[in-house]
Amino acid sequence: MITYIIRRLFAAVVLLFIVSAATFAIFYLVPRLVGATPETLATRYVGRAATPETVGIIAHKLGFYDPIWVQYGHWIKAIFVGADYDYGSGIEHCPAPCFGYSFITHQPVWPDLLTRIPVTLSLAVGAAVLWVFFGVATGVLSALRRGSLLDRAAMSFSLAGVSLPIFFTGMVALLVFSYKLRWTASGGTYTPFTENPGEWFYALLLPWCVLAVQFSAQYARLTRAGMLETLGEDYIRTARAKGLRERDVNVRHGLRAALTPLLTIFGLDFGLLIGGAVLTEAVFSLPGLGKYAYDAITNNDLPKVLGVTMMAAFFVVVANLVVDLLYAVVDPRVRLG
Amino acid sequence: MSEPFLELKNLKISFPTDDGVVRSVDGLSFSLERGKTLGIVGESGSGKSVTSLGILGLHNRRNADVSGEIWLDGDELIRAEPEKVRKLRGNKMAMIFQDPLSSMHPYYSVGHQIVEAYRVHHNVSKKVARKQAVDMLGKVGIPQPDRRVDDYPHQFSGGMRQRAMIAMALVNDPQLLIADEPTTALDVTVQAQILDLMHKLQEEFNSALIIITHDLGVVAELADDVLVMYGGKCIEFGAAATIFERPEHPYTWGLLGSMPRIDRPNLDRLVPIPGLPPSLINLPSGCAFHPRCAYEPRTAGLGRTVPPELVAAGGSKHLVRCHVPTEERQRIWLEEVKPKLEAQ
Repeated sequence: MITYIIRRLFAAVVLLFIVSAATFAIFYLVPRLVGATPETLATRYVGRAATPETVGIIAHKLGFYDPIWVQYGHWIKAIFVGADYDYGSGIEHCPAPCFGYSFITHQPVWPDLLTRIPVTLSLAVGAAVLWVFFGVATGVLSALRRGSLLDRAAMSFSLAGVSLPIFFTGMVALLVFSYKLRWTASGGTYTPFTENPGEWFYALLLPWCVLAVQFSAQYARLTRAGMLETLGEDYIRTARAKGLRERDVNVRHGLRAALTPLLTIFGLDFGLLIGGAVLTEAVFSLPGLGKYAYDAITNNDLPKVLGVTMMAAFFVVVANLVVDLLYAVVDPRVRLG
Repeated sequence: MSEPFLELKNLKISFPTDDGVVRSVDGLSFSLERGKTLGIVGESGSGKSVTSLGILGLHNRRNADVSGEIWLDGDELIRAEPEKVRKLRGNKMAMIFQDPLSSMHPYYSVGHQIVEAYRVHHNVSKKVARKQAVDMLGKVGIPQPDRRVDDYPHQFSGGMRQRAMIAMALVNDPQLLIADEPTTALDVTVQAQILDLMHKLQEEFNSALIIITHDLGVVAELADDVLVMYGGKCIEFGAAATIFERPEHPYTWGLLGSMPRIDRPNLDRLVPIPGLPPSLINLPSGCAFHPRCAYEPRTAGLGRTVPPELVAAGGSKHLVRCHVPTEERQRIWLEEVKPKLEAQ
C-alpha cells in the first residue's frame, strides 16, 4: 500500500513537470508562430513609447532572447525562489511561488489565483454534491425500473441535459429564475462564504443547479448503465440466494460495484471543473479561475493564461491522484498492483 | 408416511420472449427426503438450473411464468409472499453456484460475505457472526481460518473459493442444499475433495441435497436418486443403482456412453449423442428426443407424433418417458447397449 502511494505520488509529480513543459512550449511557440519577436514581446511590458534600444535591453533582461529551455528553467525557478522583472522604469519583484507576472496589470499572477480558487472551489463542490446525489439516485431508480415511465422520462430528460451546452441552459436559467421570477441572484453578486454565508449561497444557487443539471444527466446515464451491468452479475444472484433484502442486494452489492468506475469519471470531471469552469463562470460572472482565464485570454495576458493553465493542470492531476488512491481503498484487487 | 421434505408438483417455468415462449421447465415433479441426495442430470438448456433457481425463488420474477407447486417442509413456495420466501432463502434452503469467483462479490472479504449471510437470518452482533464465519471456514477445511477470514475472494485459490462458497451456504444450517454444477469450474483433483466435503457435511447436518450436473461421475459418487432431464421434462427417474445398472431411456444410454471411465479399456472411444439439445421455444413434436434417437423407428411412429408419458419402468420407483415398449427397452439395454458400453 505504501509503495503504491509513493509510486502514484512520484508519477503525479513527473506528470506535472511534463504538463508544465508542454504548456510552456505552447505558450512560447504560439506567439512566435504568428510573427512575434522578442522585441514585440518586450514592448508589452514597457509600453509602446519606449525606444527600440530600450525595448531591446528589456527584452534581453526579461530573457526573451534565451532559448526555450533556459526560459522554461527561469520560469520553474521562479516558482520556487521568486523572480525580479525589470521593465525599464524599475525592477518589480515577484515573490515565490511566482507563477508569472502580468505585463498588463503589473502584478504577480499567484495572489490573483489564490483569491479566485475559493470561488471556483465553492462552485465545483456545491455542484458536485448536487449532481452526484441526483445523478446517482436517478440512475439507480431508472435501472431498477427499467422500461418504466420514470426510466424513459429520466433518460429523455438526461439526453437533453447532456446535449444542451451550459451557455444556453445558463442563459435561459438566468432569464427565467433571476430576471423574470426573481428567485435567485443575477450574475456578478458573488460574496465570499467567510463574509456572508447567506449571500454566498444565494449567489451560487443558480450556477450550482445549472452545472448539476448538465452533470447529473451524464451521471444518471452512467449509473444506470453500470447498475444494469452489475445487476446481471453472478454475485448479485448469490446475494439474493443468501436471503438478503432486495434493498441491500441493490445498494450494498449492486450500487457498490457500479459506483467504482464512476469514481474515475468523477475525478476527471471535478478536477477539470476546479481547473476552470470557464463557461459557467463567464455566464454567471463569478470571479473564479474560469472567469480569470476568460479575461486573461480576452486581454492577451499570456503570463496569466499560462499561470491559470498550470493551475488547472495541477487540479486535474491531483484529482486523478486522489481517485487512484481511493480506488485502492474501494477495490481490494488494486492493492496488489 | 409423513410428507416428504421437498416436493415439486407439476412445476412449470416459462419465459415469454419476442421469439416465442421458452418452456424451461415443463411439468416437473419429484420429492426428496431429509438426508438424501438427488442428482439432476442433463445437457445445457435442459432446464436443470432453472429448476433450482425456481425452488429458491431466484428466477426473474418479472418475466417468468411459474405454475405448479413447490412444497418445502409444509410450506408452499410459489404462491407464498416473496418476503416469506426470502426469509427461507439462505436459511432453510441454500445454494452453491458453479463459478465461485464470479459468484462472490469482489469488493467484500470472504468473512464479510459469510457474516452478512449469517446476520440476515440471525440477530447477533458482528463479533458473534464473525466467530461463526471462522468456525464455518474451518469446518470446510480452510487452513488458518481466523486469518483467511479477512482475505478477499481473489486471494483464494479456486478450490478454496468453492469451500468458502460452501461455508457461506451452510452457515445457517440449511436443511435443503442445492449445488448447481459445484465442481465444474474446478481442477479434477479438487473436485473429489469438494464432493467429499459436501458428502461429509450433508451427513453432519442431515440435510437434503440436490446436485445439478452434467457429470454422471459426480452423480455416481453422491446421489441416492437420479433425475434425467431433457427439454424441460423428466425423462427418467430412479435410484442411482437402477439408473447406472439398468437404465431404460435411450438418452440416458447416450449419457452413459459419453461418460469417460477409467475402468474401460478404450478411453478414446466415447460415443457422443448425435445432434444438439432441442430449442426450448420450439420443441420437436412427439417425444422431444426423437430426432436424436436411434430407436425411434421401433415406436411405430408414436415417437414423432405423441408426447410420451412418464410411466413406471423396471427398477423400484423407476420412471421412464419413452414410447419403446418396456420389454423391448430392457432387451435393447441388455443385449445391444450394455455390451457395447462395456466393450468400449
